[in-house]
Amino acid sequence: MMTSKTLSKELPALEKQLIKHKEVLLANLVMMGEIPSPTFGESERIEFLLNRFNEAGLTESSVDDGGNGIGLLKGTNGENAILINAHADTVFSAKTDHTMQVLSDKIVGPGVADNSLGLAVITTLPYLLEQLKIELNHDLILLGGTKSLGRGDLQGIRFFLNNNNFKISQAICVEGVQLGRLSYSSIGMLRGEITCRVPESYDWSRFGDASAILTLNEVINKINDMRLPKRPRTSIVMGSIVGGTSFNTIARDATLGFEVRSESQEVVDSTGQTIEDIVMEVSSKTGDEVELDIFARRSPGGIPYAHPLNKCARNVMDSLGIEPRLAPSTSELAALIDKQIPALTLGITEGDRLQKSDESIMIEPIFKGLAQLIGIIKSIDGGLCD
Amino acid sequence: MINLQEWINKNTYHHSRFWDLKQLVETKEKNNLTISLCLPTLNEEKTIGKEIILFKSELMNRYPLIDEIAVIDSGSDDKTIEVSKKYGADTYLASEILPNLEPKRGKGENLWKAIYQLKGDIIVYVDADISNIHPRFVYGLVAPLIYREEVKYVKAFYDRPLAISGNVRTSGGGRVTEILVRPLFSLFFPELTAIIQPLSGEYAVRREVLEQIAFPIGYGVETSHLIDVHHKFGLEAFAQTDLDKRVHENKPTIDLGKMSFGILQTFIKRAKALGILDKAHHETVMRQFQVTKDQYEQNLIEIVEEERPPMIEIEEYRKKFGR
Repeated sequence: MMTSKTLSKELPALEKQLIKHKEVLLANLVMMGEIPSPTFGESERIEFLLNRFNEAGLTESSVDDGGNGIGLLKGTNGENAILINAHADTVFSAKTDHTMQVLSDKIVGPGVADNSLGLAVITTLPYLLEQLKIELNHDLILLGGTKSLGRGDLQGIRFFLNNNNFKISQAICVEGVQLGRLSYSSIGMLRGEITCRVPESYDWSRFGDASAILTLNEVINKINDMRLPKRPRTSIVMGSIVGGTSFNTIARDATLGFEVRSESQEVVDSTGQTIEDIVMEVSSKTGDEVELDIFARRSPGGIPYAHPLNKCARNVMDSLGIEPRLAPSTSELAALIDKQIPALTLGITEGDRLQKSDESIMIEPIFKGLAQLIGIIKSIDGGLCD
Repeated sequence: MINLQEWINKNTYHHSRFWDLKQLVETKEKNNLTISLCLPTLNEEKTIGKEIILFKSELMNRYPLIDEIAVIDSGSDDKTIEVSKKYGADTYLASEILPNLEPKRGKGENLWKAIYQLKGDIIVYVDADISNIHPRFVYGLVAPLIYREEVKYVKAFYDRPLAISGNVRTSGGGRVTEILVRPLFSLFFPELTAIIQPLSGEYAVRREVLEQIAFPIGYGVETSHLIDVHHKFGLEAFAQTDLDKRVHENKPTIDLGKMSFGILQTFIKRAKALGILDKAHHETVMRQFQVTKDQYEQNLIEIVEEERPPMIEIEEYRKKFGR
């Protein structure tokens, strides 16, 4: 019978065995990564995923009505299922050159870390488990989730969770980076955009002050003046700003992308309310059109630090010499938490230049990251995390 | 001359026809064939790693279609060899193969030495500078050789995305093909105009053919292969496969001039040896290509370059000007 100790002993050897299958994983990563997959445009990548599942003999693989790619690896006692999820979308548009470069120690290309590698891992998992002769008791559901990022707002995984018939006992979300990441809780979050527009009928003779950028600046100053509590921890991320067209034309519109994060749902809600008030105030003062669009929300939650799944994961990481970095998450984990499914998010390797066109991942640590994932799957499957 | 459109219909494939790699490997094994992949390189560190990983994963580990992957290098001064070794290709310096021969430097040298160094019954050559590399670049070329014993030489051709207009795209080669090679072939070797992209750097060939033809070391190697294989085995020895898009760096026109000069030398040498330049009548039909959906069709255009004699020979002229 498997115990934590016996599993810990076999993990370093597992890492070495995985290196032997390097080409298959990296080839999947390169082929997958070269298929553009912007949020709402993931279908080609999902098709590739399904082809791979079919080739690996996962006969019950399919695409659901949410566009998600689902592979089912049957267990010997398929009463309960373990869900392994990776989001299939990236932040890059289909027009971006998605060529991947394979160098001696790393792979470079847009989206390679977030999240082509995560998706390549679930693509390759059936092959790896077969090669390693690992048979599971649980069914393993491999989910390539669509519409996850930005305005996608986790639609893919939420659709899957609302519409499947599996009995999912635990779940793991796989992200390309960073190795050591261990997220088991979600913080409260509210994500939105504030758009300022100078009305068409504006009096253009008012030299200089008729700019959407100036109006947005007023909004930003007011948000910045808000007093946020230190406990529970709360922050506002001013993530992006877009506005205007050239040097010498007054900006007709300007948009701020922001996120409110807090450990407390009430603080998230009250901060959101204050931002709404600010928007209305600035709008009425300036006469400009100021619009607030909140398109994503998360509730805080998750499993406790001492949860058996969490303990198992730390034990596996420790056996492989991985230093856990604990951080809350607002990604797919939040959807699983909403459904009260004990879940973790893990990283596979180290990476750099995230969300830039020269995003890169290191090759060597991947195999430690994979051993970690398979180790945790085996722990769950062996009943060590219940 | 054989009916070229019939030949094209019979011997032109799209790679998607060979998607069933399991069946391909089974037939290869049944026919007891071995296949070597040769990647000739010179300073290709940016693209070589990806090529090796993809071919090794898809066509060795998952489907054992190829028996060896060899990088034959002309003496790169970047990390081409280091990267190739790291991903498990057999790596050779061209100068170290057949060391008793005076070394020469050029892609043709690497291709030629591969015949000596590699073991396969079939050698498939793929350039190492393709950034959108995919397993089809190999299986699309070897499949006609595996399925059809009479085929000896399979050439690649590609979409040229810039040339698309409406539903019809001119399925042309590059500039050198369209301006130099196709007119030359139309004039002197009209059967060879059935090859859609005569200069493509990817082809799969049986050893029994490779060992019997000469190899120009430089730019002329593809042209000479076509002329020589056609001369020895006829057009029936060829097939060609559409490999869709191929992305690589475009060469400046001045480099294409050098390339054309090399090709012309190779061409004239062969045309002389075969006595073709002395033919009394040249062809006057220019043969180009167009593709409509899945149909590859030749466009035949009669171009007769008529001439007027010097004006002094015209009686009316002489009368008018008193000459």
